[in-house]
Amino acid sequence: MEMPKPDAAIIQRRSEIVNALAAIVPGNGVIAGSDALRVFESDGLTAYRQVPLVAVLPSTTEQVSQVLRYCHEIGAKVVPRGAGTSLSGGALPLADGVLLVLSRLNRILDVDWDNRCVVAQPGVTNLGITAAVAHRGFYYAPDPSSQIACTVGGNIAENSGGVHCLKYGLTTNNVLGIEMVLIDGSVVRLGGRHLDSEGYDLLGLMTGSEGLLGVVTEVTLRILPRPATARALLIGFSSNEAGGDCVGAIIAAGIIPGGMEMMDRLAIAAAEDFIQAGYPLDVESLLIVELDGCAAEVDHLAAMVEGIARAKGAVSVRASASEEERLRFWAGRKAAFPAVGRISPDYYCMDGTIPRGQLPYVLSRMAAMSRACGLRVANVFHAGDGNLHPLILYDANEPGALTAAEAFGADILKLCVDVGGVLTGEHGVGVEKRDLMTYQFAALDLVQQQRVKCAFDPQGLLNPGKMFPELHRCAELGQFHVRAGQIRFPDIPRF
Amino acid sequence: MIFRPTDEAQVVEVVTWACGDGVPLEVVGAGSKRALGRPVSCDHVLDLAALTGVTLYEPAELVLSARAGTPVVEIEAQLEQHQQLLAFEPGDWGPLLGAPAGAQTIGGVIACNLAGPRRVAAGAARDHFLGVRAVNGRGEAFKSGGRVVKNVTGYELCKPLAGSYGTLAAMTSVTVKVLPAPQQTLTLAWFGLADVAALRRLTTALNSPVEISGAAHLPASIAVRSSVAPVAAAGGAVTLVRLEGFAPSVAHRADTLSALFGGAQRWDRALSRTLWAEIRDVGVFCGDSTPTVWRLSVPPAAGATVVGAVVARLGADVPAYYDWGGGLIWLAVPGTLADAGAAAVRAALTECGGHATLIRAPEPIRATVDVFQPQAPALAALAGRVKDSFDPRHILNPGRMVPGW
Ligand SMILES: Cc1cc2nc3c(=O)[nH]c(=O)nc-3n(C[C@H](O)[C@H](O)[C@H](O)COP(=O)(O)OP(=O)(O)OC[C@H]3O[C@@H](n4cnc5c(N)ncnc54)[C@H](O)[C@@H]3O)c2cc1C
Repeated sequence: MEMPKPDAAIIQRRSEIVNALAAIVPGNGVIAGSDALRVFESDGLTAYRQVPLVAVLPSTTEQVSQVLRYCHEIGAKVVPRGAGTSLSGGALPLADGVLLVLSRLNRILDVDWDNRCVVAQPGVTNLGITAAVAHRGFYYAPDPSSQIACTVGGNIAENSGGVHCLKYGLTTNNVLGIEMVLIDGSVVRLGGRHLDSEGYDLLGLMTGSEGLLGVVTEVTLRILPRPATARALLIGFSSNEAGGDCVGAIIAAGIIPGGMEMMDRLAIAAAEDFIQAGYPLDVESLLIVELDGCAAEVDHLAAMVEGIARAKGAVSVRASASEEERLRFWAGRKAAFPAVGRISPDYYCMDGTIPRGQLPYVLSRMAAMSRACGLRVANVFHAGDGNLHPLILYDANEPGALTAAEAFGADILKLCVDVGGVLTGEHGVGVEKRDLMTYQFAALDLVQQQRVKCAFDPQGLLNPGKMFPELHRCAELGQFHVRAGQIRFPDIPRF
Repeated sequence: MIFRPTDEAQVVEVVTWACGDGVPLEVVGAGSKRALGRPVSCDHVLDLAALTGVTLYEPAELVLSARAGTPVVEIEAQLEQHQQLLAFEPGDWGPLLGAPAGAQTIGGVIACNLAGPRRVAAGAARDHFLGVRAVNGRGEAFKSGGRVVKNVTGYELCKPLAGSYGTLAAMTSVTVKVLPAPQQTLTLAWFGLADVAALRRLTTALNSPVEISGAAHLPASIAVRSSVAPVAAAGGAVTLVRLEGFAPSVAHRADTLSALFGGAQRWDRALSRTLWAEIRDVGVFCGDSTPTVWRLSVPPAAGATVVGAVVARLGADVPAYYDWGGGLIWLAVPGTLADAGAAAVRAALTECGGHATLIRAPEPIRATVDVFQPQAPALAALAGRVKDSFDPRHILNPGRMVPGW
């Protein structure tokens, strides 16, 4: 993966830049030593590594603004970073770039019970929001598996999801407002404590923009009262097809479960070995269906789901009998990635989404591809919404293995696009899927996206090298190509 | 001239010409909300109403695609056959704006980012808008999003298109998420509460685990205008909570709320349907002699304070009601005010935040008053650059949202 050519002039000015940043963020807000910088050299996608030019850790919006204004003035690139758990290389540093680390902006600013929202700085962890409101029976719904570590700023940048987003939505459906700083240092507020921001929905545009449009310095997140009860069902099937069918049938019955996850044999075995969640080991696929709401609803739906599952040939059905057991069912799923990490020296996590009905086809194609390239693949999915997480097992010490794993991964993602899905459901494009963007999008689709980028960051200083395979200059994108001499609408009905 | 293209290529052709010659186009679907927004004066109309038809509907996948000019009633009829719906419950503002009911297109609904009472539980059009094909102001056809819910591939251009009132691009086809229709619907009604007490009750209800899909308060001056008999007959204010879902769940939740707040009247599914449609479509202000109607989105707990502040400035004759647990206010002001009450309405928001849109007013007023909430300078400048990134020559609905672009 080629990154933009480092700017030698900026690298040369390094010590001057370090000093200028230290003046903006006094104390120990600047990290410049090469050993200390090494902790930032990669994010969750560890196959890519690069030590940044320098890292700066501001603790106020004003400092973020000054840092950006300074970088903008001297033409230095900036890479925002939250907790660095991105799985797509979104926070991968640049050799000539300032790494803007937001982890010190880590305070909850307000809990507004009556308006059901929390105002927080971007470096607060995802779980930190729920922790701040749990004592009064509230929670923050989007729950990525990385929620202990990942920041809400990172969640907004990646539009992160979780196992409960089938019913409760992704980050984008749960953010009410943000404060952000543009690359020129100007501070902009979008939304607030009310619903639906006025004017263009730039809040929706910012969510999922992977740190390319602005730096989020404050968030207002919607919190929800925790459902009165929740129960998880573990349902085993003797084939992936039967599991996939059951998912379709549950939805066809008008049920939108709180969560609906599926794991294949390899993932089940790895998770059970790691967590002892109580998963059956004699099944090919396992569904976790969580039903939440008032007791009457949960009883009613659990009976319906069990009936559907049996009709679809479930070989085992088990309902959580206690809150501890429910959490244990989920613990296995949430630990699936590290669990797979224990059965293979390395693994590569993919993240395509497909129309749910294509699941059996895609799984069988994937199995064939796995056999052909000789790499095993374990599968966990957000089954309710068709978001796949194939985990490709490989050993980085074997020559060529990483390349083979990446090629296999790319083939899986292309398959997702081929069946009507997309390259990434929640992990983002980053550097990882950047060069596949042309597989999903036509040239004009990407040009429109890049023009939007120019509206925020005309010099392309924020997180370059991510998301777009080709960087066009904004001046070039802004040109007009008026096509003269064409026949004007010979066939268009007009009045 | 009115251009009525029948496919995307023709839309490209018209906009390419308009861009090349710098000719502005008024972009319309059925035209049901043409009277909303700043007046647009264009010699030419780009009419998308001939781009019709549901092109994909897979009930098991909870997804539907349609050409942008497809009437919403047609889509809803298809969904109903499979016990599904558009969960964001788009209202029909046609009658409020002097146009016929039932005409609006799916493209228009999304371009105005409509949302009904279920907004509190299910989001607005933006939250259900998965994918789009559109033609920008340069005449370039592009797509964004897709047909799956989980999708973070590239920028979410669907989001700014929702609520852009046709000023960024002409949408030619859209894909939306659909959801199962609730098996049961029940409305609980309490009577005679003052605004503050009513909103406090709605807040308590919304803060409880009893999932609520509608939370409205109709003060006495509004309730009498209702065409829903038991509301009009109440002789005072009516506070309403809607419960939807599977029958045993709805019954259980209704009991929980009744226990919490004391006995409520229970209104069945049929009555609920007309009642919440009236709230959604602003029925109480349709055909009203009061020409000026505002829509305010505010922090829900601030609802009563906001209305109180407007009344304090404009006098008592300002009928208003609350939806979204207090977060949405519909308010009519006397037609005699030169600024349509804009100064008073917007001043009421400075403290708590939020925004006010002048939904209905005579054309001369809409030409002079800020119809949409004015934005802080840095944000306004950014929004202007976003506009330029789609429509650099300001061909599409120029001036509809902001004077100058
Ligand atoms: C074990 C594991 C499990 C995971 N499970 C899930 C899951 O279930 N669902 C899911 O969606 N993701 C998951 N992820 C991915 C990852 O945790 C999310 O993408 C998360 O939101 C990233 O947050 P972060 O704070 O670590 O951001 P970082 O990794 O630091 O940054 C991610 C991106 O956000 C940008 N960014 C960060 N902060 C800001 C800011 N304040 N302003 C502007 N841009 C910013 C960065 O430039 C970068 O592009 C998982 C990751 C791991 C390692």
